[in-house]
Amino acid sequence: MSADAAAINQNGHESYLEYKGKYKGIFAWILSTDHKRIGILYMVALLTWFIAGMVLGGLIRLELISPGRDIVDPQTYNAFFTLHGVIMLFIFVIPGIPAVFGNFFLPIMLGAKDVAFPRLNLFSWYLYMTGGILVILAILLPGGAPDTGWTFYIPYSIRTNTNMIITLTAVFILGFSSILTGLNFITTIHRLRAPKMGWFKMPLFAWALYATGWIQVIVTPIIGITLLLVIVERVFSVGLFDPALGGDPILFQHLFWIYSHPAVYIMAVPAMGVISEIIPTFARRTIFGYKFIAFSSIAIAVFGSLVWAHHMFAAGMTDTAEFVFSLLTFLVAIPSAVKVFNWTATLYKGSIELDPPMLYALAFIFLFSIGGLTGVIQGVLSVDIHITDTYFIVGHIHYVVFGTAGFGIFASLHYWLPKMIGKMYNIAHAKVAFWILFIGFNFLYFPFFIMGWLGMPRRSYDYLPEYHVYHLISTIGSWVMIAGILYMFYNLLISVFKGKRITDKNIWGGETLEWFVDTPPTLENFDEEPEINDPYAYKQNEIEAEEVR
Amino acid sequence: MSTHEQTVTSHVHRDDEGSRMGMWLFLFTELILFGGMFFIYSVYRYLHHDDFHVAAKNMNVLIGTANTIILLTSSMTIAVSIAAMQRGKKMLSLTLQSITVIFGFIFLVNKYFEWTAEIGHGNYPGSPELVNQNAGQILFFGLYYVMTGLHGLHVIVGMIVIIFMMRFTMKDIITPDSYVKLEAAGLYWHLVDIIWIFLFPLFYLIT
Repeated sequence: MSADAAAINQNGHESYLEYKGKYKGIFAWILSTDHKRIGILYMVALLTWFIAGMVLGGLIRLELISPGRDIVDPQTYNAFFTLHGVIMLFIFVIPGIPAVFGNFFLPIMLGAKDVAFPRLNLFSWYLYMTGGILVILAILLPGGAPDTGWTFYIPYSIRTNTNMIITLTAVFILGFSSILTGLNFITTIHRLRAPKMGWFKMPLFAWALYATGWIQVIVTPIIGITLLLVIVERVFSVGLFDPALGGDPILFQHLFWIYSHPAVYIMAVPAMGVISEIIPTFARRTIFGYKFIAFSSIAIAVFGSLVWAHHMFAAGMTDTAEFVFSLLTFLVAIPSAVKVFNWTATLYKGSIELDPPMLYALAFIFLFSIGGLTGVIQGVLSVDIHITDTYFIVGHIHYVVFGTAGFGIFASLHYWLPKMIGKMYNIAHAKVAFWILFIGFNFLYFPFFIMGWLGMPRRSYDYLPEYHVYHLISTIGSWVMIAGILYMFYNLLISVFKGKRITDKNIWGGETLEWFVDTPPTLENFDEEPEINDPYAYKQNEIEAEEVR
Repeated sequence: MSTHEQTVTSHVHRDDEGSRMGMWLFLFTELILFGGMFFIYSVYRYLHHDDFHVAAKNMNVLIGTANTIILLTSSMTIAVSIAAMQRGKKMLSLTLQSITVIFGFIFLVNKYFEWTAEIGHGNYPGSPELVNQNAGQILFFGLYYVMTGLHGLHVIVGMIVIIFMMRFTMKDIITPDSYVKLEAAGLYWHLVDIIWIFLFPLFYLIT
């Protein structure tokens, strides 16, 4: 099929990529309020930042390849791990799936033309870009890159002479962008579902975004005000957190984690939503326990907002508080486990196709199980005291955040990118890249658990010789993983420019609405009112379709 | 949506119910933003109970009361301006919106005199007088400036928003059939008012 024939569908509508609006060139993108174009804008920015964060992570590992100084001085090393955290968490995984794939697919999955507030959506992207640019300024301006770690703990964050104010402002603005995206999605889900799309006919990805939207709206203002107060503290020394003036640094930690713990769910829940889409599609089987998965997202949102102080067991708390937070931490594992069991139950007796999205989804379950269970271990008070501030925590955060949000984004890319741009990537290359990435990942992060258990403190520039072997394995693992990631991106990038053009609506045989619109979708997504089926009734839908024929 | 007819002239999707929902969600985030500070206030007041009482004696209750009355009245004027718009009384609505802005301005002028007086007494962060006081008093004034300052910023933003609404009213973008923008601005102004209602007793009336 020629390129021109592919560009226009049977109703004479061109795809959103070819649609010509008021503006030309780059402005047709950066001034577009089309949710699909905004999704692509986010994707380009996010993946660029991801590469930057990955390079920083690689440099950290390189510095730690042997004891003592290897490539940079301690101050630069501090800046490296701070920026790695700030970029990966606040700029990559927190906006992550909602901003890119939520924007692109939520309205389509609901049978809508766009999100509830398209202009606000574009404004969120500008806020996001402003936050990103401020981080670049924080690196480049005299004063030096921030060196507090991504947690900005008081009192160091009000004492250090590095560019803290600009970094804090950046995170504040990024938070604002996140709030507006969440607000937009909640309203979209409430108001713009197609007439017959009841709450329990929504795809699980939409449920996940709904839960995420509420977490974003509820907890993000807390980090906003807290970081604003740190800025005020630095400028006017009002004393709200500064112990020298009577303030309480531990109060800062509480406020910080009231946001930053639920932020883990802002990263993970949308990724769980993606996995709940991919697993039934590639197992050709109805999702097991739809309502359990939907409500477990909400349960995670509720319980996840009440466990923040488990990050502070060693910081000083009453015994009662420690017991309560420990108990709540165990409880939050239940809805997460419900999801894992439902995914595996969905696979049972399914006709499993090991295409790249499915490989990433299965890796997600594996990595999330390790990350989640090591998290439950830390909920045990006595154990937590032993491993606080060690590499065990670093291993846990990477299995949870990279293993879920990171692999969720990679899974989404392989699942949806062909739909978004109408080009197919090379499946064989994608599979090889996956295995390199997956093996590298485990070599990189698994030694963290062992050396952490043995007492290797996190964020350290130097270490005792007994930890050398673990650091060495880990650094070599980082090379393998980076090679895998670059291979994966190269494969996808080649497909964007030179890939085989596809017009098949339903590439993977999914049952959610995005597989019944054109590839790539037209500007208004639907030419006519979409027909709403049960999103996961594979066999039943196929039989009905057969009868119609 | 089904309850609202789409305007024929423009193809822009209109959903007043959705707009209201978005605005309420936004106000909710604002409440949590201030909630963070009320949380800090309650912790420090619990820890430094007596110091807070001593420090609060420095507050000018008269100006505080006047400002409370001013803001409450302004909330009424903006509410009535929406009611006037619903009844098609454009000029009345416009007048009431401008009165609201003027009330906001008077509030800020009072606040200016109040802050100037406090600073004149040496009650500001980092001042030689305050540094020698107890921690609780330092924290009280720190919170006082931060919380009323952030509230003041919200008053300014609210005034700017209402000025835009006046412009929209004049250009007939806000009409008796389509006044959800004015309604949203009104909601925002009520939020500003509500936060002040909590700030007033916590700083002025705890002596």
